[in-house]
Amino acid sequence: MQQKVEFHDRAGKALHNPQIRSNFRYAMDGLMLKRLRSFPDLDELNRLRLRSAEIRANALARLPELLEQLEARCRENGIQVHWAETAEQANEIVLGIMNRHGAKLLIKGKSMVSEEMELNHYLEQHGIECLESDLGEYILQLAGEPPSHIVAPAIHKSRQQVAQLFKEKFPDIPYSDDVDTLTRNARDILRRKFYEAPVGLSGVNFAVAETGTICLVENEGNGRMCTTIPPVHIAVTGIEKVVEKLSDVPPLLSILPRSATGQHITTYFNMISSPRKPDEKDGPDEVHLLLLDNGRSHIYKDAELIATLRCIRCGACMNHCPVYARIGGHAYGTTIPGPIGSILEPQKAGLDQLGELATASTLCGACGEVCPVRIPIPELLNRLRFERVRQDHTGATRGQGGQRDPWEARIWKAWSWVHANPMLYRLSMRMATGLRWLLPNRLGPWTSVRTAPRPAAKSLHTLAREKGFDHE
Amino acid sequence: MNLRKSYPEQPERIYFFGTCLIDILYPEAGLAGMQLIRREGVDVIYPLNQTCCGQPAWNSGYRDEAREVAAAQMACFPEDYPIVVPSGSCAGMLRQHYPALFAGTPQQDAAQAFSERVFELTEFLSRVLKIKLNDLGKPVKVALHVSCSARREMGVANEHQSLLQQLSNVELVEQERKEECCGFGGTFAVKHAQISAAMVEEKATALVASGADALVSGDCGCLLNIAGHLEYRKAQLPGSHIASFLWERTNAAEG
Repeated sequence: MQQKVEFHDRAGKALHNPQIRSNFRYAMDGLMLKRLRSFPDLDELNRLRLRSAEIRANALARLPELLEQLEARCRENGIQVHWAETAEQANEIVLGIMNRHGAKLLIKGKSMVSEEMELNHYLEQHGIECLESDLGEYILQLAGEPPSHIVAPAIHKSRQQVAQLFKEKFPDIPYSDDVDTLTRNARDILRRKFYEAPVGLSGVNFAVAETGTICLVENEGNGRMCTTIPPVHIAVTGIEKVVEKLSDVPPLLSILPRSATGQHITTYFNMISSPRKPDEKDGPDEVHLLLLDNGRSHIYKDAELIATLRCIRCGACMNHCPVYARIGGHAYGTTIPGPIGSILEPQKAGLDQLGELATASTLCGACGEVCPVRIPIPELLNRLRFERVRQDHTGATRGQGGQRDPWEARIWKAWSWVHANPMLYRLSMRMATGLRWLLPNRLGPWTSVRTAPRPAAKSLHTLAREKGFDHE
Repeated sequence: MNLRKSYPEQPERIYFFGTCLIDILYPEAGLAGMQLIRREGVDVIYPLNQTCCGQPAWNSGYRDEAREVAAAQMACFPEDYPIVVPSGSCAGMLRQHYPALFAGTPQQDAAQAFSERVFELTEFLSRVLKIKLNDLGKPVKVALHVSCSARREMGVANEHQSLLQQLSNVELVEQERKEECCGFGGTFAVKHAQISAAMVEEKATALVASGADALVSGDCGCLLNIAGHLEYRKAQLPGSHIASFLWERTNAAEG
């Protein structure tokens, strides 16, 4: 139950930090409004969600086969394909490529899988410098913090906080809290590094099995630079990002940025299908595709939970989550925060480790309502709540039953006994209504901000009988 | 976005599922719901063996315990009458989750058939009974809080609103972020008390700022949370269940 304590502590700290509260509230309100405006036609949105969900579900239904096809097509195209079962193996593969080229600097585009691998930390231990080139990620690298959001990683920082950070790290640059000036300063620093780095790394939004194409969505152009300027490009992805055909990409590309930031299309959309060909003027000499499992194939085995893997990482669920909006991304303590993180991360790490996250939701349904690929997040949270306390050990979910608390289990047993026996239930109601003035005014955490509920003088059972509603 | 495409004609009689929260804490809301339906000429039966829909255990992961309680409820409503529920949350459990709860058990088909008979109160009043309300109350500004289950699981936010809009002396005011959860979430409010507190504080602040004289909701879980907090901070904004509110304003004896 260590994780429980940690989550509570981190959430509590965030709740008491007015800067965090206002930064998230402001940012989430803006993102929700932008998404809303980008889908003026609800029928079109619903059709597109159905289509996108179908594309992703179909791809997952044929995952092993499509991954083999992807590998074969990539190899035909001259892309080197690597498989990693664990994050550690994935790190070793990247290190191996770096070492073969004698590379000491890796320039990175935004990649949540590289965060999952803790690649920067690993490579730095092996004497290799990593440089984040996505502006938000760069800010966090300067601050020494992990991302708090999967699309807008530094969303927990205000403009003024970023300006202060730049002042500390670059005392020679005149202070400014103007966004354009800050961006220009970061760009000037980063631009030179693109020419120096022998290897660039990126994530992957969609990997097309039919053609062996790596698709990359981004806004800053740093993704394109990471994948074209350095002589070697490494793309890292989870195995679930595969789609069947090229024609699957347009619907997903149409719904992803609108769900994420309210943009109809991102500034850049990259489709990488091979290393540089002899007649081409730019592009890397080598392209590597690294496919990481890290627990995903466990999720794949469950007919219901497999929907977790449909995720296209738009972040709409966190933008609309009333819990995330208040505690922010760091409180979750996982690579992916928010509702999708609360179903994905416990399944990867094991419910015995992170099962508590499945309870950190009111099941309000806002996440499921906006998910572009219709992942039934509330239903899956409910399912994981079951998995974390079930005792029969059937199925593939890791850490099953690992958070069953015998005391809590006994309470539910007793609850069930009373509520499945009308006589007992009526007896307990009579006691509660009869003794209502003797009930305590303090009821644990409930009454820390609320008055205690007071039973009525007569239950509805009694009133119904008195008013003749109890029979035909 | 209502989930049902079509509604039946007005039935002769219905079952009323009162919910456990209403039974003990807000019985007048359950009674009001039954009286509203009876006033339209429909027989209302409240089976006395009903207890709770089982949602608390279901949402806590205790599925065997939830199923035992759910099976006992299904046994209370043997005839093929519609089952009306004065709560989006409990109606959502009975209608949307019973089929999942009993999937793969011998009661699977029975649960499916049972769930299809379930109506949330406001959808039953407006869609099936096509009720016409005559407001006898004084002018009042009301803020409506639609529970997340009523809004998203049952899709009856419009039904809540249209009933209140029938009342000529009621002015509906809108609180900021009215579609956001109040932070109740059943056991969530206890398990993650600090987060829940932050949510209800902001919800209450928005409601007070709306200038409403009264808060109305179709779910007693939300009321327990929001009104309990409003009372705690001594705000002059009483909360009532939509059934009580509608009944009190349209019943000549109480008007």
